[in-house]
Amino acid sequence: MEKNMKTKKCIKISVSAAIVLVTLFLLQRLLVPKYVDDVVEGAFIAEYYEEEKDHNVIFIGDCEVYENFSPAVLWQEYGINSYIRGSAQQYIWQSYYLLEDTLRYETPEVAVFNVLSLQYDQSQREAYNRMTLEGMEWSLPKIKAILASMREEENFLDYVFPILRYHSRWSELTEADIEYMFDKKPVSHNGYYMRVDVKAARDVPEGRILGDYQFGENAWKYLDKITALCEEKGIELILIKAPSLYPYWYPEWEAQVEEYAAAHNLRYINFLELQEDTGIDYSTDTYDGGLHMNLSGAEKLSRYLGKMLTEELKVPDRRDEAHLSALWEEKIAAYEAEKEEQYRYYGMK
Amino acid sequence: MLFTSYGFLGFLAVLFLLYYIIPRKCQWGLLLGAGYLFYFLAGAEYVPYLLVTTVTIWFAAYRIEDNADRQAAYLKEHRAELSKEEKKAYKDRQKKVRLGWILGGILLNIGILAVLKYTNFAIANINGLLGAFGQTGRLSFLTLALPLGISFYTFQAVGYLIDVYRGTVRAQRNPFRFALFVSFFPQLVQGPISRFGDLAESLYGEHRFDGKTVSFGLQRILWGYFKKMVIADRMLVGVNAIIGDTDAYHGAYVLVGMFFYALELYADFTGGIDITIGIAQTLGITLQENFQRPFFSKSLKEYWRRWHISMGTWFRDYIFYPISVCKFMQKFNKFSRRHFGEKVGKRLPVYLSSFVVWFATGIWHGASWNFIAWGLGNWAVLMVSETLEPLYARFHQRFGAGGRGYAAFEVARTFLLVSMLRTFDCYRSVPVTFRMFGSLFTARNWNILWDGSLLCLGLTALDYGILAVGTFVLVSVSLIQRKGSVRERIAAKPYPLRFALWYGLFLAVLLAGAYGIGYDASQFIYNQF
Repeated sequence: MEKNMKTKKCIKISVSAAIVLVTLFLLQRLLVPKYVDDVVEGAFIAEYYEEEKDHNVIFIGDCEVYENFSPAVLWQEYGINSYIRGSAQQYIWQSYYLLEDTLRYETPEVAVFNVLSLQYDQSQREAYNRMTLEGMEWSLPKIKAILASMREEENFLDYVFPILRYHSRWSELTEADIEYMFDKKPVSHNGYYMRVDVKAARDVPEGRILGDYQFGENAWKYLDKITALCEEKGIELILIKAPSLYPYWYPEWEAQVEEYAAAHNLRYINFLELQEDTGIDYSTDTYDGGLHMNLSGAEKLSRYLGKMLTEELKVPDRRDEAHLSALWEEKIAAYEAEKEEQYRYYGMK
Repeated sequence: MLFTSYGFLGFLAVLFLLYYIIPRKCQWGLLLGAGYLFYFLAGAEYVPYLLVTTVTIWFAAYRIEDNADRQAAYLKEHRAELSKEEKKAYKDRQKKVRLGWILGGILLNIGILAVLKYTNFAIANINGLLGAFGQTGRLSFLTLALPLGISFYTFQAVGYLIDVYRGTVRAQRNPFRFALFVSFFPQLVQGPISRFGDLAESLYGEHRFDGKTVSFGLQRILWGYFKKMVIADRMLVGVNAIIGDTDAYHGAYVLVGMFFYALELYADFTGGIDITIGIAQTLGITLQENFQRPFFSKSLKEYWRRWHISMGTWFRDYIFYPISVCKFMQKFNKFSRRHFGEKVGKRLPVYLSSFVVWFATGIWHGASWNFIAWGLGNWAVLMVSETLEPLYARFHQRFGAGGRGYAAFEVARTFLLVSMLRTFDCYRSVPVTFRMFGSLFTARNWNILWDGSLLCLGLTALDYGILAVGTFVLVSVSLIQRKGSVRERIAAKPYPLRFALWYGLFLAVLLAGAYGIGYDASQFIYNQF
């Protein structure tokens, strides 16, 4: 009799716990943003984990990498297997921890880091933190990235249980939230965010005068960490400044990066100064008036960089690897399909 | 550390585990440590104030009781030798000693409270007077710390001292145990203001884990969070919008704000007390109830018997009664009866004692004139009602008022009255409150009640929907409570229904609670008093 009671109680508790866990899990899946419609940038970081991780080149940085370089072109023209680990306004400490995270799976030969994020010494907006950090799989680098990124109003527990952060999103749910509750279509091409439309750069504003042009201590600290990590793992680190005309890149910032690169014996490429070499035309190669490259601009930059990677750094051409070629064949097909779709959407063909 | 913060929930979880793991005789010690940690985390600079109150009140009470014991022993020992006069003289001498201790204890602690809470209010008034008399000099405001919950723990400690003086409780000889009485963390910031006699046994007792008690405690906590986070903090958005821009939101908005604030305050304060009592219950400790469905009161007098009960009884027992029987009041009683006749004369001392109590109640809530006006507004309504009571009785008899409909009218009238008086508290300025009341009759913007303007207060249609459902649940629970404990009734239901109810409430807090980014973490309103 007593045993029977105990069994009943046990079943009651187990069923209740299961109901609680399942409903909370489902609610969480429902409420977290899917980043498949308007703001797709929040989906990029997570897509990396679906990849076969055997890349020769890893890009890390903000929109100046994920909108300005096309891994598809690097593959098609140079046989370089690359991936972009970038997200909107990705801060330098997030880039560092994403590199650490990447190194859990693979060790690329080259890491390309865009230096624009040196301007930030602390996180600016919670939304950007979320877009970068939520996509990371749970690991020590993710925990460290969260702790390094959290603003005062944020709470670590909200990252562990995103339902606590998005609990009130039920009032703005769309069909996409149900459709992509468990599985999402990829929105990037090896981390590249494609835009084919054109908006010429005109009347680019001058940078406003700053009180202090020195990069912050925290930013320098993480650049040092990136440099040290690459050195330790035998990765060639390349610093770049993408050719975006805005946000303004100050000469004072340029001088600091040049000095740092020289002191640490790093390659530094400022694409703003290579307009002729890359062939960037700001009347046709940007989709938002010079802030980011469109497909045309990104492909031009990729060709220039691919050539350099191949010729100067001897990054291997892997197009003869059957398995990799097969993978890329699918990716290129998706890449071309989206290109066509966007051309149609923007009435460009 | 806000009650609504994750940190507090973590703190509770750790404490709860430790509480039932450690030897039971150490439980009170753990609670003392937890209380001080909680207070330290609220602000290390506040801890000395808590310590001063604890030490001084404990010592004064100890000396008072010691003196009373010695007196009793002396009188017993010398019963045969002392004459009646000698005994009286001895007793008078000892009483003076005890009076010295109690006055010292009260003056010091109420003095600390007064200095910290009211100095800048006094300075502002002095500056105002100087300005009115054309003086250009101004006193500078002081930067003073206002320790968390100082009004609550000071009153609780002073109440204990008076009880010891009166001999209604024995003094707690162990200073650490007494420190726990003052610093018991769930009630430290917003009460209830417990009496030592009611709390001591439960507080210092050894508590075994009891599934039902703990689960009832957790249910009460959840209910408190529902009130606070789903209703009060959502309502707060609308209230802040209305009181934050009096030029834009006047006229009919004032009426809306008045009801919003009444409901917000109720959900906020009773929610906080539910959490407090629930936490204590999970630890096996019983705290007194602070509310008895106040919005079902048929008069303001009844409302005040049912709202913030521990504060009301504190003022009654420690201010109203002593004032009513003090020598001055006895003389005044005789004077007023002689000069104003028996009928009016006997009422005047009551008016005066009540005036002091309501003035004190007002200023206890905050150092500003709006609180004093609110307190005295209550006093005026209560005194008028009391004076006109015979008239009401005749009216009720004449028109046979007493049915359910009339009772509902009385409840609605009291709610309206309470809400109106609360606007002094809400607008935090007496002239603004009067101006806003005036606008009710002059603005003629009643259309805002149905033309969608209320959706511009920061609350969406969904928010209003949640508030409507939340209020409906609140009222329903109050109605059921009249027949007995809601939790007991639920506990008697089949398990699937119980589970669905409590889990549903949990999900309501989780999904509809106004917390996290996008919502300002708001303190409980009574934390500020």
